[in-house]
Amino acid sequence: MNPIKTFPRGGVHPEENKLSAHQPIQDFPMPKQIIVPLGQCLGAPAECIVKKGDRVLTGQLIGTAKGFVSANVHSPATGTVAKVDVVMDHTGYYKPAVFIDREDQDEWIEGYIDTDELITDIKLDSKQIIDKVKECGIVGMGGATFPTHVKLMVPEGKKAEYIIINAAECEPYLTCDFRLLLEKTQEFLVGVKILMKAVNTDKGIIGIEENKMEAIELLDKTINAHRDLYKGIEVQPLKTKYPQGGEKQLIKAVTGREVPSGKLPIETGCVVVNVASTYAIYEAVQKNKPLIERIVTVTGKSVKKPGNFRVRFGTPADLLIEAAGGLPEGITDVINGGPMMGKSVSVTNFPCIKGTSGILLMTLNEAQDRRQTNCIRCGRCAMACPMGLQPFLLHKLAKQNNFDETETNHIMDCIECGSCEFTCPANIPLLDYIRYGKAKTGAIIRARNQK
Amino acid sequence: MSNTLFISLAVLGILGGVLAVVLYFVAQKFKVEENPLIDEAEACLPGANCGGCGFAGCRALAEACVKQAAEKGNIDGLACPGTDMGKVAAVLGLTAAAFEPKIAVVRCNGSCQNSPSKVHYEGADICAFANTLYAGEGGCSKGCLGLGDCVKKCNFDAIHIDKETGLPVVDPDKCVGCGVCAKNCPRGIIEVRPRGKKDRRVYVCCVNTDKGALVVKNCSVGCIGCQKCLKECPFEAIEMRGNLAYIDPAKCKACGKCVKVCPRGSIHAINFPAPKPETPALQGAEPAVKPQPKPEPVEVKTEVKPENTVTA
Amino acid sequence: MNKYTISGSPHVHSTENTQKIMYRVILALVPALLVALYYFGWYALRLTFVSIAACMLTEWLIQKFLIKGPLTINDGSAALTGLLLAFNVPANLPIWMAIVGSIVAIGVGKMAFGGLGKNPFNPALVGRVFMLVSFPTAMTTWPQAQPIFEKGFFADAVTGPTPLGILKESGVGSLAETGDMQFLDMVLGNRGGAFGEVCAIALLLGAIYLLARRVIEFVTPLTILLTVFIFTGICHLVNPANFIAPWYHLVYGGLILGAFFMATDMVTTPMTIRGKILFGVGVGLITVVIRLWGAYPEGVSFAILIMNAFTPLINKAFKPYVFGVVKPSKK
Repeated sequence: MNPIKTFPRGGVHPEENKLSAHQPIQDFPMPKQIIVPLGQCLGAPAECIVKKGDRVLTGQLIGTAKGFVSANVHSPATGTVAKVDVVMDHTGYYKPAVFIDREDQDEWIEGYIDTDELITDIKLDSKQIIDKVKECGIVGMGGATFPTHVKLMVPEGKKAEYIIINAAECEPYLTCDFRLLLEKTQEFLVGVKILMKAVNTDKGIIGIEENKMEAIELLDKTINAHRDLYKGIEVQPLKTKYPQGGEKQLIKAVTGREVPSGKLPIETGCVVVNVASTYAIYEAVQKNKPLIERIVTVTGKSVKKPGNFRVRFGTPADLLIEAAGGLPEGITDVINGGPMMGKSVSVTNFPCIKGTSGILLMTLNEAQDRRQTNCIRCGRCAMACPMGLQPFLLHKLAKQNNFDETETNHIMDCIECGSCEFTCPANIPLLDYIRYGKAKTGAIIRARNQK
Repeated sequence: MSNTLFISLAVLGILGGVLAVVLYFVAQKFKVEENPLIDEAEACLPGANCGGCGFAGCRALAEACVKQAAEKGNIDGLACPGTDMGKVAAVLGLTAAAFEPKIAVVRCNGSCQNSPSKVHYEGADICAFANTLYAGEGGCSKGCLGLGDCVKKCNFDAIHIDKETGLPVVDPDKCVGCGVCAKNCPRGIIEVRPRGKKDRRVYVCCVNTDKGALVVKNCSVGCIGCQKCLKECPFEAIEMRGNLAYIDPAKCKACGKCVKVCPRGSIHAINFPAPKPETPALQGAEPAVKPQPKPEPVEVKTEVKPENTVTA
Repeated sequence: MNKYTISGSPHVHSTENTQKIMYRVILALVPALLVALYYFGWYALRLTFVSIAACMLTEWLIQKFLIKGPLTINDGSAALTGLLLAFNVPANLPIWMAIVGSIVAIGVGKMAFGGLGKNPFNPALVGRVFMLVSFPTAMTTWPQAQPIFEKGFFADAVTGPTPLGILKESGVGSLAETGDMQFLDMVLGNRGGAFGEVCAIALLLGAIYLLARRVIEFVTPLTILLTVFIFTGICHLVNPANFIAPWYHLVYGGLILGAFFMATDMVTTPMTIRGKILFGVGVGLITVVIRLWGAYPEGVSFAILIMNAFTPLINKAFKPYVFGVVKPSKK
């Protein structure tokens, strides 16, 4: 095993609470009607290409990517399009979606290879792989949902030296990537090979936090057992520290390189891909299966049966909560994603989409007291910031709408990990203000660049 | 002793005199020639530097006026929203377009009663941020978030959040219609409209363009796009924007007919005299009127009093 | 049915809060308080009680009637100011002076700037320095330590000079003659002085607790002590006849109390490590300069207050290194 590495500055260590780590992935049955939102990724929502009454097959394209940063949407089930309308997403906003009345049997699209056997032979070449990834609508499934094919297209003049797999899963509570690593080890590793081929490199590093020792050992063992097949893939254990899975932090920890401020990770010769996305790429390239399902962790301290479910997109989240033992008493916070970067949910019947890594139910006790007091200038936020920023200062400047100063104090480098707010003894909503300042400053910078 | 006193006085006096002379010459040397008209024009402006005219401040507007007057011979397009530009024009020896006083109106009536909260927000008191986070406590994705970005930005202390309704209320005495609040509302709820004749104005107090069914879910007073007002209006002043009626202030004659037909009480009429006795009967005849705690669709206002002007 | 909470991420927070931090510091001062009770008996108890009560009452009154803002009297910061203030004055100080000092500490030192977190100077030190310049005699008449088991709890105070006072008045030689040079007595607290500062062992015990709970960081105290040690050490090497050995300077006066409990006050000291080092060096240097050449025998309070004034500048000058930003080359 390689020696444990970590990123050098800042970071916090929230309670891990990996309650569902030993719950095997269960296939979740689909309801009669599924609602597939068309905007499932960062960037523009897809354009609907089906209409009411159309019969769609499982895996059939129903929304095409619009613009550069956008991803295709496929039908997760076989059935008839009931309507194309709007649906309330987790924030309470109405978003366009396709409603599909499902048939009981899955009828797959042509070309889908329905097998559970491992396919190790990679037939496609680099360009074909990236096209396949694009066609299958694969996005970063850690939560940010950035289209993966955009990441894989290495700009001219740049060279990707490393494929880094983000298996840190530094968010507390979430276990979906961990379960996937344990249960689909070989498929995952072939996925890494595919990625390495896609960007023409022979080095792949899997970064995992050391609290997932089981996965580290299993991966090491598998790689050693098939030395020829998985040549060039390394497992890099990382210290359990949040935000170890932040893209820039991960690159720094694994390679020692720093992504320059305002630049993309490819500047350091690294392409970082999430575990679930890697597995999805395996399925897309080897089995011709578009991205229509993912693993969702349903968890929380008061949840009766925390679990990991394989969910087709469009399944309402309240069914998952039901399957995990129902909504417990006294839940005040329902979160889409993990507790550090997930989003608050207004309604629980939102459809699961590509970025839904977990559904976290918390009582007031778990979420902690939010009574706000004055800033006592303890500087803990600055100590905790993995980017070396001064959150207390940015908070103050954003509050004053002083966006010239926020820019010179590097507000745009904030990765919104929330370490500052986590550690603040005065419970100041630092990140809220920083996000606001970041949005405003970003708009000013964009306006200036256009001139 | 007296010697010391004398010397001190002399030294300070001479020093003062010499420095005064130096200052005078320096001031002459670096004097900036400015058109005196700018000062005069600026004196006609309110001096609040609100930015509502699109310039950095009142002086910047005055400079622009003087410049354009010299180049083109008019000051068209340059206007302080809160002042009659005629005065400025007079200073420059020109005439300006007729001044129409304006006021900001809040086009949302989703108060705590009309749009009861379904979730509870905890975080920074910034509408612009909350807007990125969720639809709103009442569930309406177009409605007022009530965190007061408009209040914070107002230079005239003319808009405040009513604690009872959770909505901003414009103080008609203080509002100059500069539009800073409208610019800073992330949801575009606030609109700057002409004050109207006799200070009477009619507007749709809703900005939700969603389908009626979705609006009804979250709010008891939101516009559902039934188009009754559209048919009623004798002046074709009402147009549909999606599923939302919009009253064009340029065409509206403030007859108040639309107010009576609106089944949702979304159309507000300000400063109209108290309704005559037959009005209730007329309303009762409307089939679509719901038995609900109605926010008085017709504002009863004779005296100008700052409170509850815009929202019920 | 309860409503769901909508908030920006993160949705979990550390269990730390301002109140806990304040009460931990108070807890850390308890050993020193017990030692003070042992040596100064009734006087120490009376003074501690009065100044804590006066500080809390002042804060409450100001928040209730002047600011009319939320009452945060339970957060422990006023109590801590009162305790530190009491620790920094002679035990036999007249009660009314302690009350005046408390009012100045909270009213002028803290609430005038807007309350907790907004004060540029350490409130307890503001109160102390105010008293020092207003009531110079009372503030420099130090009772001697007299263990309660020998003299009783209510024994009358016997005043006498502090070691630093002797040093200032009569030089190194006289201190040796009076036998006040006993290092062990200095460490245990059996000496004259402000009642909170006398026992280095008890203070260090509290400091270790704070360090362990990560309430304070070792950087500032360490740099202060090191600076004082090195500076006085150099003086001692140059002229042992005039300057006392450096280890005495560490335990004399209020250096330990100041270094661990006042120079680590979060509100009034720099935030970054480099800033803290600069702050510590500054405090150390000014302390030694006042002790060796100034008019007052002790200079820790002044040193910390002076460096408090520099804190905003230091914060501005020493920003953390931002990830991914190339350092400007120093040429």
